[in-house]
Amino acid sequence: MSTLAVYRLDSSSGRMPMATPNAGNAADAGRFEQTVMPHLDAAYNLARWLVRNTHDAEDVVQEACLRAFRFFGGFQGGDARPWLLKIVRNTSYSFLEKNRPTALGEEFDERVHGQDAPPPNVEATMVRNVESRMLREALEELPVGFREVLVLRELEGLSYKEIAELVGIPIGTVMSSLARGRERLREALLRARAKEGTRGL
Amino acid sequence: MVCDDNARLLHGYLDGELDLVRSLEIEEHLKTCPDCAQELWNQQTLRKAFRSSSLYERAPAALADRIRASIAREATADVAATAEDASAKKATIVSMTPTPLSSKRAAWNWLAVAAAVLLMFTVTWRVVPGLSGRGNSDLLTEEIVSSHIRSLQPDHLFDVKSTDQHTVKPWFNGKLDFSPPVRDLAEDGYPLVGGRLDYVDHRAVAALVYQRRQHLINVFVWPEGKETGEPKRMKSVQGYNMIAWEANGMYHCAVSDLNSGELEQFTELLRK
Repeated sequence: MSTLAVYRLDSSSGRMPMATPNAGNAADAGRFEQTVMPHLDAAYNLARWLVRNTHDAEDVVQEACLRAFRFFGGFQGGDARPWLLKIVRNTSYSFLEKNRPTALGEEFDERVHGQDAPPPNVEATMVRNVESRMLREALEELPVGFREVLVLRELEGLSYKEIAELVGIPIGTVMSSLARGRERLREALLRARAKEGTRGL
Repeated sequence: MVCDDNARLLHGYLDGELDLVRSLEIEEHLKTCPDCAQELWNQQTLRKAFRSSSLYERAPAALADRIRASIAREATADVAATAEDASAKKATIVSMTPTPLSSKRAAWNWLAVAAAVLLMFTVTWRVVPGLSGRGNSDLLTEEIVSSHIRSLQPDHLFDVKSTDQHTVKPWFNGKLDFSPPVRDLAEDGYPLVGGRLDYVDHRAVAALVYQRRQHLINVFVWPEGKETGEPKRMKSVQGYNMIAWEANGMYHCAVSDLNSGELEQFTELLRK
């Protein structure tokens, strides 16, 4: 429960200008189509990586878009993508909390996992020829906190500042989370490569 | 092994997020530290792998259609409500002028968290059997938890942020099937700071927010449906004080981390 609380607290410190749920209308629907719908791929990508299931991701995105529409009156212009992504993130976490509480309980503290592995030698830590499939599996297995910053940075190309606002953490923490997330990702890739018996990664 | 100090900064460097001075420092360091240079190379390779990967998940075409349809339904359904809501909305627009001051916003965010915590304690209190005298505690738990979750969402402390009772009260018009009593107690040192809709006990309720120094007081109000004339009940849970009472057919519950003496004074003022 404490883990959940942490995520919730995080999500409360963002900047999303949530206002009164405004009654939408036809004109709003037109504006919504123009400003928000172009970011549907981004919304789906984030939801898919957070809930790790295509069917659930579709439901989450649909609900998030409906929420976005209801709160559209509070959107103060500018880039709608981070605004929408923040709603998608919140909706995804609500979904996980309700349906997959264990997914949120995944350890997000690198002290537990990171330090006990023996330091691999330099040759073995080289990352070579990473296949898409392997990268996908490694990313899927990361705890959700690392997974989300990596997706937002590497796939969505958001800046540290945008990620910080979206996730509700300080910019320095974004950098630390990315550093640890990438480290964990590389370890996972090395393990996968070792399993397949190929030398060097 | 990578130098500890630079391991983190290396990622800022890789992402082009360091300022010029830091970037130059890292570049200098990379010239003399093969481990860090190796690490940077590793990370660049990893990044290339991301770029050339098929990891980006695009939305299925049917999803866009489904969303458009549900938004169209929502927009149509709202047409009727909009007319009814027009007068209340006017008040909302006036009072909802955004406050761009980030420090202020941060403070309100903090308050939102505090309010959520308070609400959670309300939950605990209301669902403890025998305490509130209400049954069906499981259902109540469930719905109040969703209330709790909603209140934690960004900027959810207020729907209407105003110290003017004549703005806050009419704001509830058309949003609730009752008109909550709204009184500013600024003169007594308990200024009204806003209000919002909340959902407790199977119904939409009014939540009024007052402030006493740095303390926030949430007052939840909804019609009780019967005049029970129950006496005022007081409860303290882990440092949070709660006072519930009924007046004019309305159930009231004030929650705060304010000391019990002042909270009691506050509720007495409200009950006047």
